[in-house]
Amino acid sequence: MSGLLIYPIMLPLAGGAISYVVRKHVKRSFQIALLSAGVHTLASAWLLYRVYLDGILVAQIGNWPAPFGITLVADHLSAVMVMISAIIHLAVTSYSKADIDESLIHRGYHPLSQILLCGICGAFLTGDIFNLYVWFEVMLIASFGLLVLGQKKSQFIGGVKYVVINLFATLLFITGIGLLYGLTGTLNMADLHDKVALVADRGTRIAVAMLFLAAFGIKAALFPLFFWLPAAYHTPPASISAVFSGLLTKVGIYALIRMFTLVFAVDMDVIHPLILIIAALTMITGVMGAASQNEFRRILSFHIISQVGYMLLGLALQTRLALAGTIFYLVHHIIVKANLFLVSGLVQRLCGSSELAQLGGIYRRSGWISVLFFVPAFSLAGFPPLSGFWAKMILIRASLDTQLYWVAFVAAAVGLLTVYSMTKIWGEAFWKPNPQTNQAAHIRAPGQESVWMLAPIATLALLTILIGIGAEFVYKFALQAAEQLSQPQYYVDAVLGKR
Amino acid sequence: MQTLSAILVGLMVAASIYLILDRNLIRFIFGLVLAGNAINLLIFTVGGMTSQRPPLIPHDLNAMREPFANALPQALILTAIVIGFALLSFIFILFYRTYQEIGTVDTESMKIAEAESDPLQPEPRRFKGDAE
Repeated sequence: MSGLLIYPIMLPLAGGAISYVVRKHVKRSFQIALLSAGVHTLASAWLLYRVYLDGILVAQIGNWPAPFGITLVADHLSAVMVMISAIIHLAVTSYSKADIDESLIHRGYHPLSQILLCGICGAFLTGDIFNLYVWFEVMLIASFGLLVLGQKKSQFIGGVKYVVINLFATLLFITGIGLLYGLTGTLNMADLHDKVALVADRGTRIAVAMLFLAAFGIKAALFPLFFWLPAAYHTPPASISAVFSGLLTKVGIYALIRMFTLVFAVDMDVIHPLILIIAALTMITGVMGAASQNEFRRILSFHIISQVGYMLLGLALQTRLALAGTIFYLVHHIIVKANLFLVSGLVQRLCGSSELAQLGGIYRRSGWISVLFFVPAFSLAGFPPLSGFWAKMILIRASLDTQLYWVAFVAAAVGLLTVYSMTKIWGEAFWKPNPQTNQAAHIRAPGQESVWMLAPIATLALLTILIGIGAEFVYKFALQAAEQLSQPQYYVDAVLGKR
Repeated sequence: MQTLSAILVGLMVAASIYLILDRNLIRFIFGLVLAGNAINLLIFTVGGMTSQRPPLIPHDLNAMREPFANALPQALILTAIVIGFALLSFIFILFYRTYQEIGTVDTESMKIAEAESDPLQPEPRRFKGDAE
């Protein structure tokens, strides 16, 4: 049984090692990366299926019993996050065939992206807080490498900001771990759930919780700690920024969910108003920032921030419905956001720019690409029946249920402003005539797009539609996951055994 | 001993924050190194300091005799040191390459270099009396 939990971590690690060896052969390293991503997706799907049938799965590494050894745990949330990461990685690997230059592959694009996936899956599956730190570091060092792989000036400048702030977050994280260990004498998250409640001094507990909130707040790009994100995410090639935008901040959100539903569950009555306010401010500043931007990928980057606010909102409200909303939102958002970045890469290839003023005429040139943008963009904005509509509706419903009407208002208003940004991109890049028609060379003729790029975009768009149509099934799954989160005893019993 | 070490951690963190807030990236690195060491010391301190009691089982017993030193914090610190070293090597290279590329390690001048290299960036705000 334990193999199930290890494969999603080991497969990309092995794939990364092999692709490093053959990185000088462009074709072969792509084949290995694609094979590894495909097998990883199957393994993750199997894990999700087993977790769906059997409930929480646990593996004790090296047969050291919990809480002494490192434990891997897959509950509904972990399993679905691993699944989505695998899908995004597979899509992006296919996309990279046409997007990533030979020189970047020689420098190790494929090994790095697989190590990144390994770190992400490790972070989702671990049940040990120090091990979580290690996976965060694996993820971080791979993302540093990917960000500056192109060795462009803008990438170095964006990279410095990204590295500096993330290393600082890491310091906060490890300080929190050290203090938590000093207070409780354990690192196992299930054990921490019990032991943190035994710490007599509430002030100390909350101070440590705040260290974690700040550390993961930086990683998840929450207000007011998000400034590194729009400075860095638009600089690397679309394949890399799609993975970053889809997955990296969401690992921060995942860690926040774990911390505040499991480890610090006992103090949530004090902490949740703070998280609620942060969530609202994150949504508002993100969407306002997006409205002021005029470059395709910068608009999208700011929208990551506002969307992360929605996810945090569900955590702050704490009800089962709200947590289900957060999980629904995570699933919806990762697919949609990664897809939008992939489309932005395609648009940049077609028009040679991603500055909105210089774009245009894509609708006239190729209606299909416009549809492929339309689906994720208006899902992001929350148009029914696409996935974003349901995700937003559940969260607004949850805030109305808890009688926080201002929160519901903020969530709805931010959704409306998202429509503004998306229609701006639609109008500028797709609808208006191309400003450079006199320099005809700038827009490529139809039929030159690579299938390797179009196929993943179309698949992700199809997934968005399917989640929208099959919302009932996803919602039921999210409710089950939320049930596990709101009753941490399930998790604790699964890891430590029933007592 | 624990109190002394706690005070030392506090001093080191204070000094490292001072360095980290500097505009010069080289000083930032020194701050980072110092903070990393301060936090390792913190883990060591909160893990409980027991001297001259190695966690070994004596010949004639089946279990360790209380009190014994906790070995886990040292394992954690060792991991943190290794990871910290890897990150530090990377950050040195990154800063050096950035310096080669834009010719400065001062974050303010980097902002100006960024605005020049990237027309999409908003102009950095200039105040009266700034050098043109």
